[in-house]
Amino acid sequence: MATPVKVYGPPLSTAVSRVLACLLEKDVNFQLISVNMSKGEHKAPDFLKIQPFGQVPAFQDEEISLFESRAICRYICDKHADKGNRGLYGTNPLVKASIDQWLEAEGQNFNPPSSVLVFQLAFAPRMKIKQDPAVIKQNEEKLGKVLDVYEKRLGESRFLAGDEFSLADLSHLPNTHYLVSVTDRGELFTSRKNVGRWWGEISGRDSWKKVVEMQNQGS
Amino acid sequence: MAAIKVHGSVLSTATQRVLACLYEKELEFEFVPVDMKAGAHKQEPFLSLNPFGQVPAFEHGDFQLFESRAISQYIAHEFSNKGTQLIYPGSKSMATLAVWMEVEAHQYDPAASKLAWEQFYKPLFGMVTDTAAVEENEAKLTKVLDIYENRLSQSKYLAGDSFSLADLHHIPVTQILVGTQSKKLFESRPHVSAWVADITARPACSKFLAMQKQ
Repeated sequence: MATPVKVYGPPLSTAVSRVLACLLEKDVNFQLISVNMSKGEHKAPDFLKIQPFGQVPAFQDEEISLFESRAICRYICDKHADKGNRGLYGTNPLVKASIDQWLEAEGQNFNPPSSVLVFQLAFAPRMKIKQDPAVIKQNEEKLGKVLDVYEKRLGESRFLAGDEFSLADLSHLPNTHYLVSVTDRGELFTSRKNVGRWWGEISGRDSWKKVVEMQNQGS
Repeated sequence: MAAIKVHGSVLSTATQRVLACLYEKELEFEFVPVDMKAGAHKQEPFLSLNPFGQVPAFEHGDFQLFESRAISQYIAHEFSNKGTQLIYPGSKSMATLAVWMEVEAHQYDPAASKLAWEQFYKPLFGMVTDTAAVEENEAKLTKVLDIYENRLSQSKYLAGDSFSLADLHHIPVTQILVGTQSKKLFESRPHVSAWVADITARPACSKFLAMQKQ
């Protein structure tokens, strides 16, 4: 049996949880190694060797060392194409390109405003950092416009890239989970019929439920 | 070969990213200008090509895509046997390539694009540069470029020894910044400076710039 891959970082981190969801979908054994960010371990010289930007997650698979959660997910899907959910990153180039398109849409359009809202509404209060109402309002508006596009798309297609759950949908799980479950802005998603339906489906997957369990265990 | 079409603007860095890729791969394509000044990108028929109302959009026969980095990856894989090799074979090298493509998208481009907006596009559109925004984003880009300097002292190109999509994705916005006061951020870092000079000197870069003169 292959050596478990190593994921460095707390499961509470949205980017770390993105990788964990992917590993669970693909049935790939992993070892989660804690990085105490409140003690600055992510900025320590040894950590910077594997993640020069001092962010989580970092990832190792034997001699390969990677960072950037979406790159890690792509690697896992490519290396273990036949394991677990085989269609997660598409089984032919056209489907893969469509998944890439929606992964990029997530990274470029959905992630920026949703990340700001997750920080402002879910993390800032815990960290005793003052919220910025103007920033919240601006990013709610931006996210709303993105979700309007998603609402239309998800009325035409069960999942973002087509009829099957893919890496593109998975990539949305971490930020959306916080916004729906921990903040009072969940209605951004639940008030949109198709988006709400999609959220219910993707968040109900076993892989995501396991990740949430890991987050709740308070690593 | 099924026809390739790019819908976009010759001034848009995202459009240029796709054009650079097509020129590197020596592929024939039709460029369909989108009149952004008239708001064509926010209306049909463009919205059917990109529901986010952003340029570029891409067609290869009946197959349609949006998001420049998804388009360039599709082109690089679909036409891997033509023109410049832009991807690396093998899952380990592809993984490193994927890492540096994400770095460009999430660490470099946000700050670089804001600097290009403030110092190049705003003056072009008769708007006033926000010097505080320039300062803020130069500070952000500085931190990223320190990491690039270290990386490029170990590796000729970002993802390995040969030019790849990871480098190509940087070309459009970097080419703009070289013409602004932000060029000092590159010039003060020898490896970054050499890499910038190298990637902006590629024929594909002058080819997409030449389209602005047509």
